[in-house]
Amino acid sequence: MNSHNIPELENFQEQYWNHSLKLTVDRRNFLRLLGGGMLFCLSYTPARAQESGRNGGGHELPKDISAWLHIGADGKVKVFTGKVEVGQNIRTSLAQQVAEELHVALESISMVMGDTALTPYDMGTFGSRTTPTMGPQLRTMAAAARQMLIEMAAERWQVPAEGLKPIQGKILDQQKSRWIAYGELTRGENLVKVVSGSVKLTPTSEWKVADTAASKVEGHDFVTGKHVYPSDIVRPGMLFGAVLRPDGFNATLESLDTADAEKLPDVKVIRDGDFVGVAGADASIAKKAIVALKAKWNTPVQISNSELFEYLKKNAESEDDSAHRAGSVEQALANADVKVESKYTVQYIAHAPLEPRAAVAEWNDGNLTVWTGTQRPFGVREELAQALQMPETKIRVIQPDMGSGYGGKHTGEAAVEAARLAKAAGKPVKVVWTRAEEFTWAYFRPAALIEVKGGASKDGKLVAWEFHNYNSGTAALGTPYDVANQLVQYHPVRSPLRQGSYRSLAGVANNFARESHMDAIAHAAGIDPLEFRLKNLQEPRLRAVLEAAAEKYGWKNAKATPGRGFGIACGTDKGGYVGAVAEVEIDSASKRIRIRRIVQAWESGAVINPNGIRNQISGGIVQAIGGALFEAILFEGGRILNPRFSRYRVPRFTDMPDIDVVILDRKDLPSAGAGEIGLIGVAPAVANAIFAASGVRIANMPMAPREDVPGEAQSTFKS
Amino acid sequence: MGDYVLDVNGTVVHVTAPADEPLLSVLRDRLNLTGTKYGCGEGQCGACTVLLNGVAMRSCRTPVSAAATAKIVTIEGLERHGVLSPVQQAFLDEEALQCGYCTSGMIMSATSLLSKTPNPTDEQIVGAMNGNVCRCGTYPRIVEAVRRAAHAAEKGAQ
Ligand code: FES
Ligand code: FES
Repeated sequence: MNSHNIPELENFQEQYWNHSLKLTVDRRNFLRLLGGGMLFCLSYTPARAQESGRNGGGHELPKDISAWLHIGADGKVKVFTGKVEVGQNIRTSLAQQVAEELHVALESISMVMGDTALTPYDMGTFGSRTTPTMGPQLRTMAAAARQMLIEMAAERWQVPAEGLKPIQGKILDQQKSRWIAYGELTRGENLVKVVSGSVKLTPTSEWKVADTAASKVEGHDFVTGKHVYPSDIVRPGMLFGAVLRPDGFNATLESLDTADAEKLPDVKVIRDGDFVGVAGADASIAKKAIVALKAKWNTPVQISNSELFEYLKKNAESEDDSAHRAGSVEQALANADVKVESKYTVQYIAHAPLEPRAAVAEWNDGNLTVWTGTQRPFGVREELAQALQMPETKIRVIQPDMGSGYGGKHTGEAAVEAARLAKAAGKPVKVVWTRAEEFTWAYFRPAALIEVKGGASKDGKLVAWEFHNYNSGTAALGTPYDVANQLVQYHPVRSPLRQGSYRSLAGVANNFARESHMDAIAHAAGIDPLEFRLKNLQEPRLRAVLEAAAEKYGWKNAKATPGRGFGIACGTDKGGYVGAVAEVEIDSASKRIRIRRIVQAWESGAVINPNGIRNQISGGIVQAIGGALFEAILFEGGRILNPRFSRYRVPRFTDMPDIDVVILDRKDLPSAGAGEIGLIGVAPAVANAIFAASGVRIANMPMAPREDVPGEAQSTFKS
Repeated sequence: MGDYVLDVNGTVVHVTAPADEPLLSVLRDRLNLTGTKYGCGEGQCGACTVLLNGVAMRSCRTPVSAAATAKIVTIEGLERHGVLSPVQQAFLDEEALQCGYCTSGMIMSATSLLSKTPNPTDEQIVGAMNGNVCRCGTYPRIVEAVRRAAHAAEKGAQ
């Protein structure tokens, strides 16, 4: 397997939409961004993505109501979407929005999600796109359906539609005091109507259901163990599969002796080029068979953590025309009273979703059905078609709500493996990756090298800003501050490790560097970091969250002491705005850092289900603590050195600070997604708090790793 | 391969499995009790937690041969006559889950804690639950849910 970059559609989309930075990407740039060498997702071409804009892969979104929702004779509503539920609670929040427009009880709605045979094509669930795009799409269809039901009732009663009202799954004729249930009108038939032009949606200010803290649908199944995750799927006659993994990345198979493995009872060994796998009656025997295979691999020499950042700098494929320039940074820096120059680094980290990749594949008369955990069921269908050389029309991918992804499950490795094994074995096969496989053979959040120069005048006016991101991406690349002289550039690199999407993408790295650097300039100029930011910030939505976070924390009267400090940061991405204050405590003897409190103010337009949003934001904060303080992938010679939880530290109960989330609900603004930007303020706020407490500025993430990361200056702190 | 008689959720079941097969695989793959989850296989995440004689154990690190004499309770065994256990109810009420993949293990660990320590302090909750990972970061709500379950049990006892 080659190490390569996973297509980052979010990146593409951001560039496509981020007009302020003029980072529109043409086909050539986009290909380069992906870094060639793609083994799969071949049909996932940029041209296609570009044509499709927001809506999806050259596939026109169906305009028929019946493609999106169905009302049964019993009044039960089925809603179809290619989006998937991975813990972000959209099964509930999308149903709420349909309930709102259709005027039905939330309980009468069931969502059919991520099934390529039943739901309209969808590019995937990522980039915080569900709320801003799928929400309005379903609302539109529901509103059109409601209108259609009114017209059907009007026709039946031979009265003008204007006098009729939809209420709780019924059409009411107030004048004649009569009503008719939706189900009676549809009798379970499809609502055949092409929706064109704009449909009037219920204004957010009049919402009665969508903005309530409705509890998670099917919550009961989760607390009783009944919910069936991808790794729980069982099919009649199913075998258990396992795959022989190479010794290292980019290895080729030199020799293979299968004799011992084949002697095991009921084990089938399958070899297809460098793909070697087994299928057996149970997981134990499949595991034994893998161990019994004698393989020799040729693993090429590869770089390790210690050479990483040098490598990224040297191998940048920068193009001058991709830079955002304004004024002259050079001149402005020469005249600036305060100058700060720094280099920030961010290590590769793993998504480590608690449910590793899993799939069950089943063949019937040349048709393939695969149940798998993925954020892109339609993308996985493409991968399967490619890998098995068969038309997509013969493949169905079903995505049961899974044990999350965080951007880490865009691909369908386990699906392809299970399909190959099932084909050869002639029976359904389940493949569940081990934790070590998930840590090694999935893909990583990109590492980043970020070089920043900033200059300010004595009175705290930011005058120069130069910012170079190597490898990690363009999310939140530009500065939201007002600065006349700018040079901002993303330098793509062909990553030494396989890398791809991650919750908030490069937003974490770029905000870490920018907000740490803003803090450093403020301190150098002797100005309060909050005041310095506000002085250079016009964007009212960002100011609002920054001030709200400071206010809630009590910034004005807070005093740092040796060993205890607080720091502030803010950022915006994907239509959301976040301000964060972190308070840290550092033990003077052990140098152990504890984050004591995080206040995060948040605004993402009109709030849909505040309960779900709070859960998402708070979860984002917790996840961000890991990357900020201790998560790092250690690698050498094409191998991951810490592919297990005993060596790869993730946030636990004991790492929890007090978390205060302040939500600014802007009913007047369209809703943006909440899954990602909750992460971006944490690392810089913590870094700035560490500085306030200790006078030491940590510019490398993770800031306090448990094990030293080779090539990084040893951190003063531990966690 | 050996033959084992297990007491799972109050029912006696017979299984044939290698002696070293983890209880987790036996539950999931042989008895189709898939509520217990695999997360790491090395005792580090708690997703596979079950009760053995009332005490939380990592089923991924418990060979089936060692579980044969114990009373095993899994997440599927907590609900009684359609009534959720106080811990399950509290997790539901607090909505102490996102993807829910850690939830079974969390509920089993909390159940074990509360059976020994009906009124735990926050430190005791955190201490007892620290071996359980929630990658979605739902920790604050989980602590809240455990507190709530403790209060509910206390009220119920009065
Ligand atoms: S699967 Fe047993 S502790 Fe993780
Ligand atoms: S809710 Fe997803 S791992 Fe805990």
